[in-house]
Amino acid sequence: MSSLAIYTSKSKDNPLPKENMTSTKKARGRRGMEEANGKERAREKKDKEEADGKERVREKKDTDGWMELAWIAGLATCLKLLLLPSYHSTDFEVHRHWLAITHTLPLHQWYVDHTTQWTLDYPPFFAWFEWILSHVAAAIDPRIVDLTGGLNYESDACLLFQRVTVILADGLLCFALWSYCSNLCLQKQRLVYVAVLLSPGLFIVDHIHFQYNGFLLGLLLLSLAALREGRDVLGATLFAVLVCFKHLFAIAGPVYLVYLLRHSRGPGMLKRWLLIGISVAAVLSLAFGPFIYYNQIPQLFKRLFPFGRGLCHAYWAPNIWALYNTADKLIGLVIRQFGFKVNMQKAGLTAGLVGDLTPYQVLPQISPLISMMLVLFSMAPCLLEVWKHPCQKKIVRCITYAYACGFMFGWHVHEKASLHFVIPFSLFAVETIRDASNYIFLSIVSYYSLFPLLFNAPEYPIKVILLLLHVSVLYIGFTNHFQDPVSVKLHNSREKMRSKMNSEQDWGLYDNIQVSGNRTGKGLIEHELGLYRLVYLFGFIGVEVCAQILQYSELYLRFPFLPLMLRSIYCAFGMIIGFGSLLSTRLVW
Amino acid sequence: MSARPSNREREGERESEREMAFAGWPSMFQSPSFKVCAAQILLFGFLIRCMTSLHSYSGASNPPKYGDYEAQRHWMEITINVPVQDWYKNTTDNDLEYWGLDYPPLSAYQSFVHGLMMRYFEPASVALKASRGYETPSSKLLMRWTVLSSDAFVFFPAAILFVISYYGQRSSEERASALATLLLQPALILIDHGHFQFNCISLGLSVAAAAAVISGQELLTCVLFSLSVNHKQMSMYYAPAFFAHLFGRCLHKKKPVFAILKLGLLVFTTFVMCWWPFLSSKEAALQVLSRVVPLHRGIYEDYVANFWCVTAILIKWKQQFPIKTLARFALGTTILAILPSMVQQILAPSRKGFLLAMLNSSFAFYVFSYLVHEKSILVPLLPATLLALDEPWIFQWLTPYALLSMFPLLRRDKLAVAYMALFFIFLLLNPPVFNDQEKAKATCSSWRQQLWLNKSRGFSLASMTMIQLSYLFIPSPASLPFLFDSLISIFAFAHFVPVMLYTNYKQWLVVADNVISTERHKEKKQ
Repeated sequence: MSSLAIYTSKSKDNPLPKENMTSTKKARGRRGMEEANGKERAREKKDKEEADGKERVREKKDTDGWMELAWIAGLATCLKLLLLPSYHSTDFEVHRHWLAITHTLPLHQWYVDHTTQWTLDYPPFFAWFEWILSHVAAAIDPRIVDLTGGLNYESDACLLFQRVTVILADGLLCFALWSYCSNLCLQKQRLVYVAVLLSPGLFIVDHIHFQYNGFLLGLLLLSLAALREGRDVLGATLFAVLVCFKHLFAIAGPVYLVYLLRHSRGPGMLKRWLLIGISVAAVLSLAFGPFIYYNQIPQLFKRLFPFGRGLCHAYWAPNIWALYNTADKLIGLVIRQFGFKVNMQKAGLTAGLVGDLTPYQVLPQISPLISMMLVLFSMAPCLLEVWKHPCQKKIVRCITYAYACGFMFGWHVHEKASLHFVIPFSLFAVETIRDASNYIFLSIVSYYSLFPLLFNAPEYPIKVILLLLHVSVLYIGFTNHFQDPVSVKLHNSREKMRSKMNSEQDWGLYDNIQVSGNRTGKGLIEHELGLYRLVYLFGFIGVEVCAQILQYSELYLRFPFLPLMLRSIYCAFGMIIGFGSLLSTRLVW
Repeated sequence: MSARPSNREREGERESEREMAFAGWPSMFQSPSFKVCAAQILLFGFLIRCMTSLHSYSGASNPPKYGDYEAQRHWMEITINVPVQDWYKNTTDNDLEYWGLDYPPLSAYQSFVHGLMMRYFEPASVALKASRGYETPSSKLLMRWTVLSSDAFVFFPAAILFVISYYGQRSSEERASALATLLLQPALILIDHGHFQFNCISLGLSVAAAAAVISGQELLTCVLFSLSVNHKQMSMYYAPAFFAHLFGRCLHKKKPVFAILKLGLLVFTTFVMCWWPFLSSKEAALQVLSRVVPLHRGIYEDYVANFWCVTAILIKWKQQFPIKTLARFALGTTILAILPSMVQQILAPSRKGFLLAMLNSSFAFYVFSYLVHEKSILVPLLPATLLALDEPWIFQWLTPYALLSMFPLLRRDKLAVAYMALFFIFLLLNPPVFNDQEKAKATCSSWRQQLWLNKSRGFSLASMTMIQLSYLFIPSPASLPFLFDSLISIFAFAHFVPVMLYTNYKQWLVVADNVISTERHKEKKQ
């Protein structure tokens, strides 16, 4: 129903007719007179007028946002191009090696090959994606796709090629954003585009560290856009495709399952279920069929799910387990102080590539099963809600929450996985002030937690400035967006209904705007964030300074993991706070 | 839910669209105040510079001569290891054949300070003789930071000062966009943080001097501009404008002779202070001078989009005339080209006229003077950037071709990707076509002219892109190895000349400032 309304309002406006021109002139004349009266007063009035004009724009549903999208995407692309020669991690070599594997080996050896330790551990669609790229690569420089001769090959052409493929693949993200946002109002569109396309997280992970997350998140957003428009079959198919590109996205599977089951209720239910089932099965069989034929499924799954890698990654992702590890170490330390014997294994928790189950000193061991149960358990409220009210509007929230659960409790979670919920979160961060402030908080925590990925000096100012700019632009954008009287009114009426907030205060602010045209006033965002979260955010400065001092102190030689631990523990607290707020807003809705 | 949008609504939409089209990012989020917006722009400018500095530099791993990066590093090495008197002399420790110092003393002092810093962090990078061609990732980073910090400490504050003094009366959004155009000038970023030079210091001092002129601080102007000239001789391109403007102002004062003498003395003192270590004897001073003004290097270098290089296709200047005659030619034509704008400023000094005079005189130098290289285009480009809000057309017309004229150089430095990225950022901030008629009316005399300019700008940009692409991907024929280079210089020159004529014409349209004439009025009253 809502989608219908959107389509009817999509008709394009005619270009400016002549009458408007004259009215502008009149307005100018009036302005000139005012200026003669007194500069300040005139400026005030002008501001007010401008504000009024802009409010109107926001009210209207705008379909001409593609200019904004193109502009922001263009800027992002320029920045990505500038980042071309920056540091790249071993993932660069991993992806180059995958190009070589898919190009030189036949299909049945893709998941068997062990030329290097960088075996193919993404699902088949991603392998096919690499296969397509490898043909272009071979045309540019055959050594890129040489299985043995190309190891650690990093010529200018290779670098340019790989980096440009990531940049081009991001086109899908832009398309997905457009299909999701094109019927939002202009102001909201801008905010979403900036939040996603200029996200420091994507710059850091994709364009410096090197991965293809932008493209994969694009697929996720496409699927979400389809679900929100009520096109369940398309949404489900796209999700299946996404999972066949990167299986880590499968965590939201339960939510999808419950939603699709319940949303298709009503007449013709069986037919719709069947359709969804068939299309998903088709996608899955397309991806895994050949390997079933070669009888390689166990081998494939061994590659895809390396449970041997341990609970935590080399750098603890800031989740529950980071705190669990710390608690274990601290308790162990305390117990040892009291003279008890504890078997101590140094750095056992941080097995990067291969390792046994993590040995804890005191606390009970965590098995993959326990972590999986915890993920499902934390997801339960969301699942219940989707079961009760399978609502199109809520699904993006629920899926975001599901990814957050996966991040908080998952097995061998990467810090990069925080993008899986921060990026979808930006889609609905513009809806209420509460969401906006939660988003700002969570995105700062998650982007800061990505900082240790780039440990070289040349990128240091880049990552810091990217984060500062991103936060300041979004903060100003959100403040402007919600301080505009119309949305304040909306917000207040909603809040009143829920009586969650002291509405008097807000009405006061609203009046204030009306009187002085002051759009700069003390922000709603700070108010919404509250003292504790603000103090926590400013604490990042202290943490960063401490970490830098630790890095250059003597302690670093003895405990090289200390700065990383400090960052991940601090971020873990933030993540828990953010996770809590996500849970609570989701329940309120 | 929503009714048909009223006129008012459309108007609002129109307005926001225009804002975006004109200034892009700065006004996108209607930052609450100029301060916040300026802070963001400064951060963004610094970010872009940091990113550009990741790229390659002039002469990277290209022995035996390397490039400008090695020149700057070598100067640091020389200045911290050789006594001051020998900096410009050929001694056993200081081989002038290998990147000998040929910039004025302030550059040498700056090299000295940066050399000390380099020695503190990485002694091997500036060890005497042993460090030739020294390139490590860490030393590259340190060298990059010497430029980044100079930019942040000299150019950035100067830019802010200029915007406050010249555009102070404008709305905060306009001021922000002026600051953004100044700090995101792609040519400047590419040469300083890509190719590797310290133009940010000399040009930054010139911008500060211009800001001082505009806010009426004549004494400060003299000091700042003298410092700028003492950092890089290229700043002399502005000297006629500064001289004419200050001279014109002094003439309008009560005691013109005294005022002129005061300023002259100040310039002289600043110069003496900068040159103090080299003034022990006449020979020493002349030695420095001969290094700083090397007449033997020819009338132009490589392929420059100036008069001599472009007409060399018809007349082989270098072969047909001795160097001395050529120098005289160059001097004569340059003076002729500068004269109109100087006369205008002496007769009717004004702020905008001064900036246009800066543009005109530096352009005259670029087109006609002796010993010009591609990078000299930065000098005329700077006043055009300063005027970006008043004369958007000049700025938008000049920047792409200034960039184009340096394209062969930047490509040799492996900066083609950075060039593209920065050029697109420029286009995003100054879209080639603005479809807004109101704005056009504000900037151009007639709507027809605007349409014509719009079309020709689009056409030129398209053909420019074609030339660049063919330069990148088509090898030039064996018989004409520099076909594309000369094509680019001719193309750029063809775009520079109309701008130069137009700006001269424009300058004569500017009337004397009210403030200056009232000043004169007041003084007369007294």
